[in-house]
Amino acid sequence: MSLDKVKIVGVGQTEYSKNSKRSVLSLALEACLDSINDSGIPINEIDGVVCYGLGDSVTPMAVATGLGLDHVRFTSDLWGGGNASCNSILTAAMAIQSGLANNIICFRAMNGRSGYRLGGTGRDDNSIAAGDGQFTSPFGLLSFAQYHAMFAQRHMIEYGTTSKQLGAIAVACRKHALLNERALMKRPMSIQDYLESPMIAEPLRLFDICLETDGACAVLLTNDERARDTKKKPISIMSGANGGGPQPGLDYTGFLRWADYTTCYAKYIADDLWGRAGIRPADVDVAMIYDCFTISVIMQLEGLGFCEVGEGGHFVEGGRIEIGGALPINTHGGLLSEGYIHGLNHTVEAVRQLRGECGERQVKDAEIALTTGFGTTTGSALLLTNQ
Amino acid sequence: MDKYFKPLPISTQETREFWEGCKNHELKVQKCLKCEVTRFPPLPMCPKCNSTDTKWIPVSGKGKVYSWIIVHHPIIDSFREDVPMVIALVDLEGGGRIVTNLIECDPVNIKVNMEVIVEFVDVTEEHTLPKFKPISNLL
Repeated sequence: MSLDKVKIVGVGQTEYSKNSKRSVLSLALEACLDSINDSGIPINEIDGVVCYGLGDSVTPMAVATGLGLDHVRFTSDLWGGGNASCNSILTAAMAIQSGLANNIICFRAMNGRSGYRLGGTGRDDNSIAAGDGQFTSPFGLLSFAQYHAMFAQRHMIEYGTTSKQLGAIAVACRKHALLNERALMKRPMSIQDYLESPMIAEPLRLFDICLETDGACAVLLTNDERARDTKKKPISIMSGANGGGPQPGLDYTGFLRWADYTTCYAKYIADDLWGRAGIRPADVDVAMIYDCFTISVIMQLEGLGFCEVGEGGHFVEGGRIEIGGALPINTHGGLLSEGYIHGLNHTVEAVRQLRGECGERQVKDAEIALTTGFGTTTGSALLLTNQ
Repeated sequence: MDKYFKPLPISTQETREFWEGCKNHELKVQKCLKCEVTRFPPLPMCPKCNSTDTKWIPVSGKGKVYSWIIVHHPIIDSFREDVPMVIALVDLEGGGRIVTNLIECDPVNIKVNMEVIVEFVDVTEEHTLPKFKPISNLL
């Protein structure tokens, strides 16, 4: 695999909020325009649009219409939440590498709190009992927090993982969010605050669960020739991988078919991800790990080989994942404390870290960044570099 | 019966026999007639051998707890009266894994691999849900 002709040259986002009072289209357009302006590429050169969503977004053609693009040569509308986040970048990159288009914008836009809330939260109609939902929702199994609590419980059973270890992830993300003016969560959180937060789906507490957010993010990719004349330092894609393991499920309620509730997609893409880049986990300087829930981070750290299976709980303790530690993660505050733009905000932050634009939260001399997108049974990841 | 406000399963041609079985207080899973592997939840094709030759077979209704959660926040209002409630994944004797509620059981006493048995609950005249309770309750 090679994506050597592709560069990331623009990132953008809207304000994050719980109630944007705006249309999803207007959020998408603002984030896209922000990333285009960030790159310096004139808008009339944009010839591709890629996005992902769960029936809660707008289409690539809607964005082409709203931005006034004259000639679109590539579009892709991927189904998914976090699982598709890095895959959307990978899809655009493949299209550029193969010459299908030159300047492709990827976006994720949604009113994730004031509009369509994921997983049926707040929806009392019976539509949540269709598909694989017929085997879950009649029993009250309705939200992703509940599904992941099943994983957390099993991880605790098999490996002795503790609440305090999960809390170390929530605390690290909050600490980082306080250094990021865009982050929604503004108040400090101690491990004691975490442990005192109410149980939602035991063993998961309130602070194990990410935010629900209105907002949008966008990332602009171009070819290496065009990238020589852009505003900011171009970022290269060392590697990307997207996939999952056996019985990934019929729909997003479908991980009742997954056999092992201590693992996720990560172990199935790890060899491709590292092999294609020719590097090892120890080479990563900063990692944006999809943190829809604290337990998700542990399963990905294990699956991607940052530590042994079962050791994820120990790994996140002692400040290792905080800025200044051996593997700083989610320096923007993550989905837990910055905002929940289904992981495209992770890639935006990874690019900013590699450009050295992160001010107080900058990881010194960061050259290689990992960013991941998590759908439990399926997911995607990218390795980016400024070299 | 009182009006029932919680989600009720929307069955399809591929799942109807399971829910019909529940209504008759019989727990059924699919069995592939070619490779004889059982599966639940159902699929139109055997994921082991790709045969579409399938029948529904009754299973014992016994199983073991694989994982569980204690729901404190009900997500939707209709479950508010039930919290805290236990949702569990139960590995069925005979094959397959089912999402269910553990009933007649103090949450603090739940253990991994705890043996449980189905208890059919007729929630409406048309719908029956397979819930599970500890086998030790029967001893």
